[in-house]
Amino acid sequence: MAERKSGAQIVWESLLREGVEVVFGLPGGATLPIYDALAKYEYPIRHVLVTHEQGAAHMADGYGRATGRVGVCMATSGPGATNLTTGLATAYMDSSPVVAITGQVPTSLLGRDGFQEADIHGVSMPITKHNYLVTDVRELAQVLKEAFYIARTGRPGPVLVDICKDVQQAETEYVYPDEVNLPGYRPTLTAADPEGIARAAQLLNLAERPVILAGHGVIIANAEDELIQLAEKAHIPVATSLLGIGAIPQIHPLSIGWGGMHGEAFTNYALQESDVLLVIGARLDDRLTSAFSTFAPKARIIHLDLDPAELGKNLRIDVPLVGDAKLTLRELIPLVEPNQHTTWMDQIAEWKRDTDRRDLLAQETDELVPPFIVRQLWHLADEGNCIVVTDVGQHQMWEAQYFLHVKRRGLFTSGGLGTMGFALPAAIGVQLGRPDETVWVIAGDGGFQMTMGELSTVAKEGLPLKIAIFNNGYLGMVRQWQDVFYNKRYASTALYNPDFVKIAEAYNIPATRVTDRAGVAPAIRQAQAHNGAFLIDFQVEPFTNVYPMVVPGKSNADMIRRPLPTEVEEE
Amino acid sequence: MKHTIIAWMEDKPGVLSRVAGLFRRRNFNIESLTVGHSETPGISRMTFVVDGDDRQIHQVQAQLFKLINVTAIEDVTNDPTVVRELALIKVRATSGNRAEIIQLVDIYRANIVDVDVDSLIIQIAGSEERIDSLVKLLHNFGILEMVRTGQVAMVRGSNTKPPIRHNGVS
Repeated sequence: MAERKSGAQIVWESLLREGVEVVFGLPGGATLPIYDALAKYEYPIRHVLVTHEQGAAHMADGYGRATGRVGVCMATSGPGATNLTTGLATAYMDSSPVVAITGQVPTSLLGRDGFQEADIHGVSMPITKHNYLVTDVRELAQVLKEAFYIARTGRPGPVLVDICKDVQQAETEYVYPDEVNLPGYRPTLTAADPEGIARAAQLLNLAERPVILAGHGVIIANAEDELIQLAEKAHIPVATSLLGIGAIPQIHPLSIGWGGMHGEAFTNYALQESDVLLVIGARLDDRLTSAFSTFAPKARIIHLDLDPAELGKNLRIDVPLVGDAKLTLRELIPLVEPNQHTTWMDQIAEWKRDTDRRDLLAQETDELVPPFIVRQLWHLADEGNCIVVTDVGQHQMWEAQYFLHVKRRGLFTSGGLGTMGFALPAAIGVQLGRPDETVWVIAGDGGFQMTMGELSTVAKEGLPLKIAIFNNGYLGMVRQWQDVFYNKRYASTALYNPDFVKIAEAYNIPATRVTDRAGVAPAIRQAQAHNGAFLIDFQVEPFTNVYPMVVPGKSNADMIRRPLPTEVEEE
Repeated sequence: MKHTIIAWMEDKPGVLSRVAGLFRRRNFNIESLTVGHSETPGISRMTFVVDGDDRQIHQVQAQLFKLINVTAIEDVTNDPTVVRELALIKVRATSGNRAEIIQLVDIYRANIVDVDVDSLIIQIAGSEERIDSLVKLLHNFGILEMVRTGQVAMVRGSNTKPPIRHNGVS
């Protein structure tokens, strides 16, 4: 006969069975039994106390993205649970495997608006892959088993399990189930259908101007090798989405950067002029495509995704392929013919030369512009041999433009939801999941302040995060839109910033300030040399904007470009 | 164009909320929706009518399919189906027009299920058009109350498809 255990014990026992090593959370009234069990039975799971539950969700998300394993966060009922929501929505948009465990008021008080009751089951429905409210301890183990299974399989995503306090206290015979029983859940675990793959191969073989657009799905499926094999065999240039960065090393001769609103012009031109476009594991959202009807107008589009709902959601697809990226590419590669698209690659190279002439770093200025810092960091990190976690805004775009990512799973950023405040807590999860890597946080001064309380977590856990704040005194990307579309009326975008060096030092994290180009490399070296967390406050030129920029509603071919150096001189 | 779609789902807490939330969030144009037991214990059967272009009709099915509790979806628009709706209509009835109403009820093969001194409740089961047509006529007498169930549908013949279908690609 199975041993009797409390719901609280079952939570930890089940996490252990799922191989969980770390949980990010903050205890409260409705999770006291769970936390008490952790202390009482000394389960070998590291609990990372956070400052705010949003941070816990981002940490679990970062851990999930960095490792491919499920990240776990925990919060109490009411405000604890609602504080998780931004992080859950972030993880949902970017398909990150997360299980969130929340405490709930006792079943006898459900629906009576008691202290710290919030209907997190209802609240989190549209921002989770699935969720549960557990009101009977006998269901708990089965629910947890299912939650982990759903979070990590198919298209990953967050799953929330809300557990009533009396369920945590109640006892039952504990048996962790071997199987799930989910008749309505059939994740795509196989290759796409052979007919579709054959049609895709046929189109690719006849293409004159083919492009592969690789998204986050390639990375989630660990299909990077297959992607590169396909590209090399058929000589097809590979563009990525923002979250697809790293699917192919950006120094690979067939890598042509990332496309979309702030993608380089040559990348967008290649996408727009392509005659066959193979999209793998990308959602084709508006930041990538711009106005849907204008995207890749000459292309026959092959779209491979394991989520059938993504096919045809935004664009008309010629060959929809529902399948696992890795397995499908393995079937596709033998069917594509070796090819040389020399004329096409020459054309792209010509566009790229024009882009290079407009490079911000090619322009003569002594200003401390953010791209300069990004490129310095890239050089000093052995040409990109580190992990970068970015926040959201201008710095995020510059990082993506000027840091050539060569490391797999080397960039983590909030692409879909665009969550300011993501970087610092997500990086904590990334660092704990990949303890041997150097993790750089790049954040703007606005986003950093949203979650900088987690510096406490960094210090307490002794994490050697290297933190670079690109401090321009503005909510820079919003300010940029005010520059371009609102006649420079800077409504509420100027910030009143604290002294970030003092802030860091208050947490016993050493820090330095950089105000000119000469200070950049020494500060980065100082951060690298320090055996622990280090913060650099880069006071950058405040009015530099991110270009190219596609005007919303227009086509990706219709960008506001960076000026040519001659045009700068004429100004 | 309007599509009639059947969805089977596990009878679990919150499942209706999930479906309704999905329709709202994705801005699907639902004309009618009805849900009840199916032949399988624990599985509910929902019939809904949705208006939209091909992309929207595909999306509504693919997105529904992503709900963990939804076990099967079938678009029966182009299948030979029996489609029925039930309506209860309470009309004002005086001694002067009662006979006329009863005659209409006969023509429409409806039933009178309640009689009071100055009102009648008429029950009609049939296609949406037939009910619309009766309702239009009954307006002349004064409709006091009405409730319609929305359409339910079933494919004709014994060749029942197993309720596991739809890989999301049409």
